[in-house]
Amino acid sequence: MLQDKDRIFTNLYGQHDWRLAGARQRGDWDGTAEILARGRDAIVNEMKGSGLRGRGGAGFPTGVKWSFMPKNSDGRPHYLVINGDESEPGTCKDREILRHEPHKLIESALIASFAMGAHAAYIYIRGEFFNEARHLQIAIDEAYAAGLIGRNAAGSGWDFDFYIHRGAGAYICGEETALLESLEGKKGQPRMKPPFPAAMGLYGCPTTVNNVESIAVSSTILRRGASWFSALGRPNNAGSKLMAISGHVNTPCVFEEELGVPLKEIIETHGGGVRGGWDNLLAVIPGGCSVPVLPASVCETVLMDYDSLRAERSGLGTGCMIVMDKSTDIIRAIARFSQFFKHESCGQCTPCREGTGWMMRVMNRMVEGRAEIEEIDMLEQVTRQVEGHTICALGDAAAWPIQGLIRHFRPVMEERIASYKAAHGVGRITQVPLGIPVAAE
Amino acid sequence: MSAHSPIDQIEQPDGFAFDAESEEQIAAILAKYPPERKASGTLPLLYVVQKQMGRQTGSAWVPRVAMDEVARRLEVAPIRVYEVATFYLMFNTKPIGRYHLQVCTTTSCWLRGSDEVVAACKKATGISGFGQSSADGLFTLTEVECLGGCANAPILQVDDDFYEDLDGPRTIELIEALRRGERPVPGPTIDRLNSAPEGGRRTLADSPAKQG
Repeated sequence: MLQDKDRIFTNLYGQHDWRLAGARQRGDWDGTAEILARGRDAIVNEMKGSGLRGRGGAGFPTGVKWSFMPKNSDGRPHYLVINGDESEPGTCKDREILRHEPHKLIESALIASFAMGAHAAYIYIRGEFFNEARHLQIAIDEAYAAGLIGRNAAGSGWDFDFYIHRGAGAYICGEETALLESLEGKKGQPRMKPPFPAAMGLYGCPTTVNNVESIAVSSTILRRGASWFSALGRPNNAGSKLMAISGHVNTPCVFEEELGVPLKEIIETHGGGVRGGWDNLLAVIPGGCSVPVLPASVCETVLMDYDSLRAERSGLGTGCMIVMDKSTDIIRAIARFSQFFKHESCGQCTPCREGTGWMMRVMNRMVEGRAEIEEIDMLEQVTRQVEGHTICALGDAAAWPIQGLIRHFRPVMEERIASYKAAHGVGRITQVPLGIPVAAE
Repeated sequence: MSAHSPIDQIEQPDGFAFDAESEEQIAAILAKYPPERKASGTLPLLYVVQKQMGRQTGSAWVPRVAMDEVARRLEVAPIRVYEVATFYLMFNTKPIGRYHLQVCTTTSCWLRGSDEVVAACKKATGISGFGQSSADGLFTLTEVECLGGCANAPILQVDDDFYEDLDGPRTIELIEALRRGERPVPGPTIDRLNSAPEGGRRTLADSPAKQG
């Protein structure tokens, strides 16, 4: 497990001063100009060498992403856009960076922007994080006043501006092209790709969109070296990561941990154990609601990293897990996600707009057991028809939790249907009890 | 998809003009974006409107006349502002109570007892369902999706502030305090430091050494 000496976020809980004076004491803004003096290629290569993979969920190598930016400007400005829309249910890690480590983020944003030839960075923060954005704004003002950003940032010779843009309550804006639309003042509806943002992003200019955590760790990686970071974790799953535990554990919390540590050890150590003991565990959703649920038997042995969870047909996602004990109605837990995705579909693509509503309505009947056994297969089929048939991944994200439920908890669903039939008679159940089906409300 | 009321069915004020405080904010906002990209100011200006309405009328909402003013300022067609204002759920397109109670019921909060928080909100305010306001006009109750503070579930957001680690009785206490005109300190309502484990943190035990 990760030792205190290797932690990046040393003020995770806000136990110390989060402002500039405190941040400097913890090592932020130390020799920033020297890091920039290494040059663009050296910085990008160091980031590649560290093995850092995107911390927002998709896990794409961060250094490689930076290298996609054009080497020379064709006259259009370059932009770094930081994704602080953190809205995936179960996920609450970037919030801690914004409110307790804002200077780590600003310094890293300067370095990253320099490495991609950008003189301006925007951070898109979900609207509900009002107080978190306020902290960050105070830190930005401090950094400007101290000459750390602005013209000749930190004495590096590079001009750099950093701006906050607040969202307003739309999960879809965590999707990078929807985020750019929103930043341009439009509805958050994803764009078709290609063109990718590195060619045509914000205002039609070359843009890289990175998660808050992916950016915030980069100053420390460059200071301590790629080899230090890549020695943590496992091959192809390098480094430490912010994680969180919510749900039925004794002490829910946010923490930083090395990748590749057994899930069970994490729950026992950081979460203080499952409520009622390990044997009371029903299931874990390991990385935000769109990754499929893992039954207790898998949680016994699986490691918490990208490849191990993928091998179990789930995913690391945001690394923020939801733990459920045996008192949980697992069908209702997943049906709530279906409600979430239906609520958050932007309405642009038909399979998602109609499919999320359809899946939610069937899932709500599954909670009651008011369904036919064969409808479980039909539901599974519909998730396959939504998955992969939409512009962005929201359709996939809506499909996966249901697929995970059916894969691991089908007997529970069948039993629910049987007991409903036992209580209400065995005849076929009318699928739509009142009126005609309602589309996309 | 968003579930706003049609904006032309809401009784509108006669007009809307930004006050001095708002003008100052607008100047700072527009400086963030390239001059030819004024439309980027749409979301921020709608927030400015909502805050000003809260200051002036006690109800933080965005009337249609104000959307028109935002469109005029940003040199975009009014429809561009209407569609943004009705796409994003945090813009209230009809009047709300003095205190906006936004309770998260998504799975992480539900597992930790958000049903009790919802019941407590209803009991303490007399509101019978989501989207409604109390008879005295003080409170509006809204069901919201994940607020992004799951390690401190369940959460009730009051206007801009998160109240965390709630249960039924503490929710009622909070609402009673608001009714008395108090603003309790936001954050955990149990004995813990932000998102650290209850009972004290298990990592970061030492004072921070300067990193090498």
